[in-house]
Order: sequence, then structure tokens, then C-alpha cells
Amino acid sequence: MMTDTKAKETATKATPKDNKMTGAEIVIQALIDQGVEVIFGYPGGAVLPIYDAIFKQKKIKHVLVRHEQGAVHAAEGYARSTGKPGVVLVTSGPGATNAVTGLTDAMLDSIPVVCITGQVPTFLIGTDAFQEADTTGITRHCTKHNYLVKDPNNLADVMHEAFHVSTTGRPGPVVIDLPKDVQFAEGIYKTKDQAALHMYQPQLKPDMNKIEAAVEMIANAKKPIFYTGGGIINSGPKACKLLTEFVQMLGYPITSTLMGLGCYPMTDKQHLGMLGMHGTYEANLAMHDCDVMINIGARFDDRVTGALNKFSPNSKKIHIDVDPSSINKNVLVDLGIISDAGEAIQAMMDVWKKKKYKVDESALRSWWGEIEEWRDVKCLTYKNSDAIIKPQYALERLQHFLQKDKREHFITTEVGQHQMWAAQFLPFDKPNRWMTSGGLGTMGYGLPAAIGTQMGNPDGLVIDVAGEASILMNIQEMSTAVQYRLPVKIFILNNQWMGMVRQWQELLHGERYSESYTESLPDFVKLAEAYGGIGLRAQTPGELDDVIQEMMTTDKVTIVDVNVDQKENCFPMIPSGKGHNEMILAADAEKFDKKLV
Amino acid sequence: MAKKKEKNGSKSVYGPGPKEQQVESHTLAVLVDNEPGVLARVIGLFSGRGYNIESLTVAEVDHEQNLSRITIVSIGTPIDIEQIKNQLERLVPVHSVFDLTVEGPHVERELALVKVISSGDKRIEALRIADIFRARVVDSSLESFIFEVTGTSEKIEAFIELMRPLGLANIGRTGVAAMMRGPVVLGKIGVK
Repeated sequence: MMTDTKAKETATKATPKDNKMTGAEIVIQALIDQGVEVIFGYPGGAVLPIYDAIFKQKKIKHVLVRHEQGAVHAAEGYARSTGKPGVVLVTSGPGATNAVTGLTDAMLDSIPVVCITGQVPTFLIGTDAFQEADTTGITRHCTKHNYLVKDPNNLADVMHEAFHVSTTGRPGPVVIDLPKDVQFAEGIYKTKDQAALHMYQPQLKPDMNKIEAAVEMIANAKKPIFYTGGGIINSGPKACKLLTEFVQMLGYPITSTLMGLGCYPMTDKQHLGMLGMHGTYEANLAMHDCDVMINIGARFDDRVTGALNKFSPNSKKIHIDVDPSSINKNVLVDLGIISDAGEAIQAMMDVWKKKKYKVDESALRSWWGEIEEWRDVKCLTYKNSDAIIKPQYALERLQHFLQKDKREHFITTEVGQHQMWAAQFLPFDKPNRWMTSGGLGTMGYGLPAAIGTQMGNPDGLVIDVAGEASILMNIQEMSTAVQYRLPVKIFILNNQWMGMVRQWQELLHGERYSESYTESLPDFVKLAEAYGGIGLRAQTPGELDDVIQEMMTTDKVTIVDVNVDQKENCFPMIPSGKGHNEMILAADAEKFDKKLV
Repeated sequence: MAKKKEKNGSKSVYGPGPKEQQVESHTLAVLVDNEPGVLARVIGLFSGRGYNIESLTVAEVDHEQNLSRITIVSIGTPIDIEQIKNQLERLVPVHSVFDLTVEGPHVERELALVKVISSGDKRIEALRIADIFRARVVDSSLESFIFEVTGTSEKIEAFIELMRPLGLANIGRTGVAAMMRGPVVLGKIGVK
């Protein structure tokens, strides 16, 4: 792969004596060169040489998880909260297969993760050796790219290329499968600068003709809306700042997807909240009625669009995405622009200023008039109770105390009703503060992600908003949190049901609650204590404030078991097969035609 | 023309699928790094995302640059085909993807080996038809022939249909190889 000139340069830069290392040492040296500070992993037979190399150095901290799925989610939490790639190290066979769920999660949510898996020695590959699995075959579809390295002299190139592929363009997980004999064998190490340049160079700068066309459409819009997604957060804090500047300059309404929450300050009046299946009434109606939709870094997911034939029928659509395959995949758009989000927003601002465009103020005023009417519906209203804790109320109180706290706060979630409530009731004003499993919907994501987030932000306040069913899927990571003294808070909205499953069964399956009630739940307070953490419980609304306040001050991993209303459903909701304008609000849930779907 | 069947999803959490749509056949030329697993990545993409492969040929075309050319004939709606092209371009070892059907006039050729076992009039008729199709006899025994026939897929289909009543026994086909007409160059094979 290396050109002749490149090889000569390498030869003159370093003497062969200096850069000859074992494969395991090459791995560690490449990680150091890439600026990696922490890796999440679990040892095993096929990665012992790398663990030996970790033992002999001090620059990289290793976090021992309790299950490989937890390692990948922790790396995702770390990556999402710091903007740096997360790194995972697991062994062959079961180590690699346990990591697959995490890798798929990172794939669907475009999170940069580099995962190194051990492999049986090259001469045993294909013999059904002990702890052998075809890792590159298994992970082909759940990674952005993967490698099987058979020659230690290629290892440094592959390591550096893996970081490049994982973080460039649309980010994603990359697997490097490393046979044990290659970890022992000696090869030449190359630094990041010496490594072969790879052809993978996705387009990051927009086509300026298309940007000009987009700006003209934006300027002529009577009912515009910005539909923003995780691509802006992946692009970085600068892109989020530019977006905020641009949208505030225009005065246009903006909504964000689940993955995009925080790319624009949600407490600002121009932000309409999250859109989609459990999004706000105003956001979804504005999407339905708009005449120009500006999609930046979102991908028209089915949870966002609802029924495609009813999706925003009268709008011209602009779609800015760094992944060309996202454009025209689900929704045909009028103008597709392949670009990094930040680059495109900067370019649009420049064109807007250069051509001295003006907003159509009167049209915008009447558009905001419509939106304010939808807003006045107050779609997130719920019936509070003195006797029983409503999950929404618990989150409102949590938000109340979060606002008072001076620390930067980070929220992770598991998957289900509590996740949607958290998205509805906890507004984010900054990017990289919200870690959730959007695309794959992985129960058990929140606790390990919180651990990774806390590793990357030691002074931050990290809270995993959880459900009692999801948390049990990776509860073993309590042990990790205790070992590394990570004061992660686990705020369980405990309704004893798989809440979202129960809600669908109630609304769509004739109230036949098949297997969605959890018998024999553990006592979460005692469970926390058994792991060496702190357990708290709130059973009535009166107890809630004290418990949350106490949680905020603990210095160890803390489980808060909030016993909430078992029957509460998550509204508003767009039933499947329905359009944005056919939302069910909590108020008319009783009238909901259960035979609709 | 073939039609894509409506997906039934009315009672699922995903809503109903799209209505029937016209599908068309496209020939894609894909330049890839000739490395282990690259073919698996390409065909895995087709199976994983539910696309069709009608024909597939692959071979190394540039030993020094280590490049292979994969020619794929796929059927789908125009949007499916655009997605296939975009998804292929996402793969790291893929250098470039050309939709020859869209790029302009191009030549498509396929080679087939056809074994015919017969005697008497049928054997003579098989030879006569082979002559019309400019098929060559590459193996012969007293009761059998192997014909080598090249041309478009349609021509090969026609030849096979004619051989069917004349003792057709086995068919081996290479799949389509395709190239743009005129001085148009796709990729930089063999160019330094």
C-alpha cells in the first residue's frame, strides 16, 4: 500500500532499531500516538500479550468492565460526551460476540469507536479452535469497517487507519481483529505521520452552487423549520455554535431529533422541543405544515417521519448530510447537499451575509402565530397526584435540582418510556450532554454509558435515567462503577413493567399484557448496597425532593429507586401508519381507537 | 416489466410499506481493492439490505495497483439503484462505482458453455444453430458437444432456449462483463 517515496521517508526518519516492537507494543504505542487516555476492556486468552503491554506502561488507563457489551457502551458514552473516539479491548470468541450489540448500537448512532479484538493464532484460524469466532465475518455489517491483521508490519498502518476511518465523515465503529501470534511477533512501528495515507477521504465541504440554492430557498420561505440531528453534534461544538448563531439570526423555529438534543439550546424560545413519535405537538405540526424544511445531520428515521406518504406534504426539503447514502434513502428531497454539518452551516451563513438576504418578517410573524397556538396546547401536560409519584413529576423535580447544581451535568438513559420522558422533560442547552441509544434502542445502554461519560468527565454530574427492566440488562457494571469510584447516579423510574411494551399492548393489542410485567424484581436499595454503592428509595411525592437532594451529594455510585405510577403512558404519541398531524395527546388518550393499528 | 411487490406491514409498529413500483435493470461497475473479504462485503451489502443480484462477475484487473473490477447487474426501482450505488461507495475498500446504464452507451458481454447430448437429426440441428449463433465447439464426443457462445445475455438466453429440445444437458455462464463505448475511461486501471 505504501508508495516507494513514502517508504524511503520512513526509513530515513527513524532507525529500524528504534521502531521494532512486538505487535502488542505497536497497539499500545499507536493508541498513545492517537491521544487515547482510557480504554474499556476485559482480558482473555487471545489478548494477553496486549494486557501485558498495558501492564508495562502508565500513559493509558484501562477500565475493567464486567461484560464486553458494557465496554462498548462505556466507550460510546465516553465518545459522545468528550467528542473523542472511544476505545475497546476484548478477547476472541465470546469477547467479540458479546461486543456485537454495542458495535451495532455505535453503528446506528454514528459513534466513533475503535474496538480491538483478540483472535486465535493465524495458524489456528478456521480450525474451530478454542474461543475462535469469525469476528470479521460477524462484525462486517455492524461496523463501518473491520480488519484482520496477519502481518505485524501492517499493524501500525491499520491502527492509524482505523482511527481515521472511525472518526472521519460519518463516524462509526471499527474493529481490528488481531491474532495472538501477531501480537507476539515483531514488526516495524510507524507513527501517525509515517503511516500510509488512506484513500478513504469522504467529501466534507459542500458544493457552493447547492449552498446558494439552499440559502435562496431559506430566504424565500414563509413557513420554515430547521430539523436538526446527531450529525451536528458529531460535527463538533463549533458546528452547534454556528447553528445557534444562524438560527437566531434568522429567527426561524427549530426542532431536534432524539440524537440531536442539545445541538441548539432547548430552553430558547425558538426551539420547539423534540420531534417524532413522542415529540412535541408544536414540533410535529410545524414539520407537517412547513413550506421549507432544512434538515441538517438527521436521517428521516421512521420514528421521526411517521407515515411517509403523509410526511410534510407541502414542503420543499433541503437535506444536508455527510453520508451520501442518507440522502433520498427514506424521503425524496428537493436539494441534497453532501457536507459536514459545520462546514455547510458556515457556508450558508457566509452566502446569506454576502448576498444580504432578508427574512420575510410578516410571513414569519404569522408562522410563529400558528406555532404559538400549537404550543398553547401544552402537549406535555400530565395529571399530577399527591399519593403516587408520576414519572414526569419525578423528572421535573430532577430538572429542578439539576438547575441548582453548579457542576456540568450529563444524562444517559436506558430504552423505553423513561427515555422518552427524559427527552421531553430534561432540556439540554449544550451538546455532548445527552447520551442515549437512539437507532438500535438498546436496553442496558445507560449504566455503562454513564460509566464511560464519568471517566471522560471526572468532575461532571452523571445521571443514568433508567427503567427497572433496562437497568437489569447491564446491572453488573455497578461493580465497575464501585471499583473506579465513579459517583454515577442511577435514577430508576420503577413502574414494575416494561413500560413501553405495556403501553403498546394496552393501546394496540387489546390490553393483553403478554410477558411485560416483571415478577420478582430485586430490592434495588439492597442491590446497590450489595455492590458497595448507595441505595435510596422514594415511594411518595413527598419523599422525592429529599431523596434527589441526597442523591446529588453522594460520592459513590447511587441507585435511586423511584416507585412511579404503573399505569402512566407516554404521550403525545404518533401511532404507526399515521402522519404528524394525527398525534394522540394525553387528553384524548381515552378516545384512542385501539383498532387503528 | 417486472413489479416490486407491496410489503405488508399494516399491523406492525412500522406502518404499511410502499406501493408497487416499476423496477429496472442496471449494470454497475465497481472498482475495489483486491483484499481478503472485499467480495463478501459487496455481496453482504446486497443481502443485508435486501437488494437483488442478477449477475455478478469479479476478477483482478490491475495487479500492480491491486485492483479488482466487480460487474453487478441488479434490478430495483431507480431509488433502490441510487441507494445501492451510494451504499457501495460507503464501503472503505471500494474506489468507485459506475452505473453504466446511467453513464451512457456501453457494451455487455457474457460467455456460456453449453453441453448438448443428442444423436441423429437433433445433433445436426444443434450444430447448425450453433453455427448461426457463431458458437464454437470446444469439446466433442460421439454423443455430445460443448458449445462456447459469447454475446449479450439475451443472445445466450435465446441460444439456450433453442438447445433445450435438442438435448441440452448442462449450462455454465460467466455473468456479464461490461464497458463504456468510445474513449470514455472509468477509473485509472493500468494508468500511472
